[in-house]
This record gives sequence, C-alpha cells and structure tokens, in this order.
Amino acid sequence: MRMRAFALRTWKEILRDPLNIAFGLGFPLVLLLLMSTIQANIPIALFEIGRLAPGVMVFGLSFLSLFSGMLIAKDRTSSFLTRLFASPLTSRDFIAGYTLPLLPMAVMQGAVCLAFSLIWGFPLNAKMLLLLAVNIPASVLFIGIGLLAGSVLTDKQVGAVCGALLTNISAWLSGIWFDLNLIGGAFKKIAYALPFVHAFEAAKAAAAGNLDIILPHLVWVGAYALAVFAMAVFAFQKKMRG
Amino acid sequence: MNAIETTGLSKRYKNKTAVDNLTFAVEKGTLFALLGVNGAGKTTTIKMLSCLTPPSAGDALVAGCSILGDPQGVKAKINVSPQETAVAPNLTVKENLVFIAGIYGSAPAEAKKKAAEMMAAFGLAKETENKAKTLSGGTQRRLSIAMALISRPEILFLDEPTLGLDVLARRELWKAIEKLKGEVTVILTTHYMEEAEALSDTIGIMSEGRLKAVGTAAQLMKLTRTSSFEDAFIALAGEAEAEV
Repeated sequence: MRMRAFALRTWKEILRDPLNIAFGLGFPLVLLLLMSTIQANIPIALFEIGRLAPGVMVFGLSFLSLFSGMLIAKDRTSSFLTRLFASPLTSRDFIAGYTLPLLPMAVMQGAVCLAFSLIWGFPLNAKMLLLLAVNIPASVLFIGIGLLAGSVLTDKQVGAVCGALLTNISAWLSGIWFDLNLIGGAFKKIAYALPFVHAFEAAKAAAAGNLDIILPHLVWVGAYALAVFAMAVFAFQKKMRG
Repeated sequence: MNAIETTGLSKRYKNKTAVDNLTFAVEKGTLFALLGVNGAGKTTTIKMLSCLTPPSAGDALVAGCSILGDPQGVKAKINVSPQETAVAPNLTVKENLVFIAGIYGSAPAEAKKKAAEMMAAFGLAKETENKAKTLSGGTQRRLSIAMALISRPEILFLDEPTLGLDVLARRELWKAIEKLKGEVTVILTTHYMEEAEALSDTIGIMSEGRLKAVGTAAQLMKLTRTSSFEDAFIALAGEAEAEV
C-alpha cells in the first residue's frame, strides 16, 4: 500500500513535467527523423534503421537517469524527502517507489521508438518484443545511475552529470553513432570496458535475431546494473540514516 | 501524561556538539515551542525526535516509543512539517493529501475521505485540483501543514512554519495551529518571539545546544525580571542554565 502510493506519486511527477516528455520521447524521435533523413541522402550505410532504431532506444534510456536523478535531488533539496524520511516508508519502499514506475516508462519509450521506426522500414515482427526485453537490464542500469546521482548530488549537479556528461559518454562510448573500430586503440578498449556499447550490441543483436550474441553482452550490462544499483541503494540508505 | 520525554539527548558531530544532554518533557495535547538563535540546536533536536538522525547519546520516548528501540513505532505516530514548504509540485492539492494518507497506510477510499476533511479544515477546497506549484506561499504552507495532519498524528513537529510568510498569511496559520491544541501535541520551532508567546503553552529556550530554561512566557519574563518576552529571550539565550 505504502510503496504503491509512493510509486504512483513518482509516476505522476515524472509524466507531468513537460521537459521529461520532450527529452524522453521527443528527442529520440527527432534523432530517428534526422539520422534517417541523413541516411536517405548518403551513398553508404551509416544510419540504417536496423542499427539506428536499437541505438536510439539505448541512447534514449540515458534520459531515465536524468528523470530519476532530478526527481530525487529535487525531493532532497526541497525538504520533501525530509518529510518522507519521517514517515513509516522503509528504504525498500523508497527504492521500489523511485524505480518501478521508470521501468514501464522505459518500455513505453522503446515501444514508441520502434513504432516510429516502422515508418523507415524497421520490420514488424516478434523481434521487436525481444528488443524491448533485452533493453530491460540497460534500463535498470540507467535508472540506478539516476538513483545514485540523485542521492549524492544537487538537482543542478544532476542536470550537469546526467543531462550532459552521461548522455555524451553514452553517445561517444556506445558505438551507436559511429563504428568504434574507426578510432580503435585505447578508446575502443575503454568503450568495451564500460556497459554502453554492450547494451547497444545486445539491442542490435536482438533486432537482427542473433540470439547467441545477446547473452555475453547482457552479462556485462547486468553486472554493471547490479553494481550501480547496489551503490545507489547504499548511498540512499546512508542519506536516510541522516 | 507526557507525549515526549527526553533523557540526556545529545548529538555530536566531529568538532561540534549540536545538542548537549537535553532532558525535558512535553505534556500531551500542549504546544511546546523551542526557541533559540541560529545554530542553537532546535532543528537537530527535532530531527532526533522525529528519527531523522540518530542521537550520539541519550534517548527519548516519543508517543511512548523509543527513538532508538522503535523508530518505526515513532514514525507511525508522528508527522513533520519541515522548515521549507515540502509539497510535491506537480501533484494537485488533493493528490498531495491522498499521497501522504497513502504512505501512512490509508486505503485509497479512506485517503480521499481524509483529504476532503483536511481541505475543508484548512480552507483548501477551492484549490482541490490546482497543482501545488501554482499555489501562493501561504497556501502552500497551509497545504504542507494539512499534509502533516492527515495521518492524524499524536505529535506534530512544525519547523519554522511561518518563515517567509506575510503578516496576513501568518495570522491565518496561527489560527489553524491554535485549533490543534488539546487534540495534538505540537512541537514548534520559530524565530518569531510573538509567535511563541501567542501560541505556546510552554517554551524552551536553547543556546549552544543546551536547554537554558523551560516555562510559560510569563514565567520566563518573571525569571529574568524583564517586561517583554523578547527581552527575556535575549537575557536567557546567553545566560547560565535556569529552571522555572
């Protein structure tokens, strides 16, 4: 009951912020439109929809970090969280209440991206469902990053870290917008040590139906998701203890 | 019967003692004001009593539950209106109230009923469907206090409830607070002497983490041989410990 009430509040707060809708849905759709238009006017296969759609889906998840981080940081800085910490809500209620509403949002965001991808020829088949499912560990990872950032940073800092830094890191080091082999060397090694390129590779493999490639990449993403989420829970519980 | 009893309550940080060996009691159904200059330890005391931060030493019984042994028991019986207005900005007035009732365990239908009662009691009925972020400062503060009361707490902590409000909004809020007397034990912190004098049954004056004196406004003036409560406060805030 308590967790449900808190999760419902998280859901409403995020969906009623027009900036969240603009960044969460609008920006990925603009990217799809722009990149597909570029692809239509160049002779090489740079942003083919089979690669672009899973890429935009993974990149779009970085905005979940911004949503969750901003909400938690604003709750902290406005004393709202002080009020909630004095209530019978437990740390489990808080973590679930901040996290669970974002998972269906992640799935909705992915589904909308896929629906628009159909316009540019993305095949309508069961692989779409697989793609949505494969993105769940990456969703947990990005929500965890937001929870961690919101627990330790102010809302302005979250805006800078999750809104600018994270989106850039996940863009540059994911291989979504260019082939990492073009740079290679240390840059590629760093990228493959981080989870973003693995989230993209898993999504790309799901879209192509290459099932045997998905799992090794998901293990990377899942391990990072677990580690980041554990750190986020620790940081949040530390805040709760005053 | 006492709503709060503290014993040697202390809070120490690395190089500073914020609250030092606080022992006092608050009678049930009364309004107890904690006064002190900035850094006197008022907010830290409230944070310890509402289980927001653990004490370094000592304990307190709040509504019969130990803040050390049964913090969940304490949390179920109290509510807090923090210093800054603490409302969910994108939720309507009604949704804010239903939300708080929900996290204190009310079923949705019961929460809606309680919300309607609170909106009527605090003059918020016309604002039911307005988002909290669109309300004036005074109305947000009324909503914040209504949110603190919707769980029907035995003890209500009001941390600087009228800070930043204009004189009309402040007087309106005083009326709402006065109505609580007898039903709810209220612990109020404030910087406004006239507020403490007008609303409180008992006043505790804190300085440098210690409780310097406890009594009614008249008793504290008599103790310090001053003709105004403000003079009594100034005399006590820097004086040696005194008991009335």
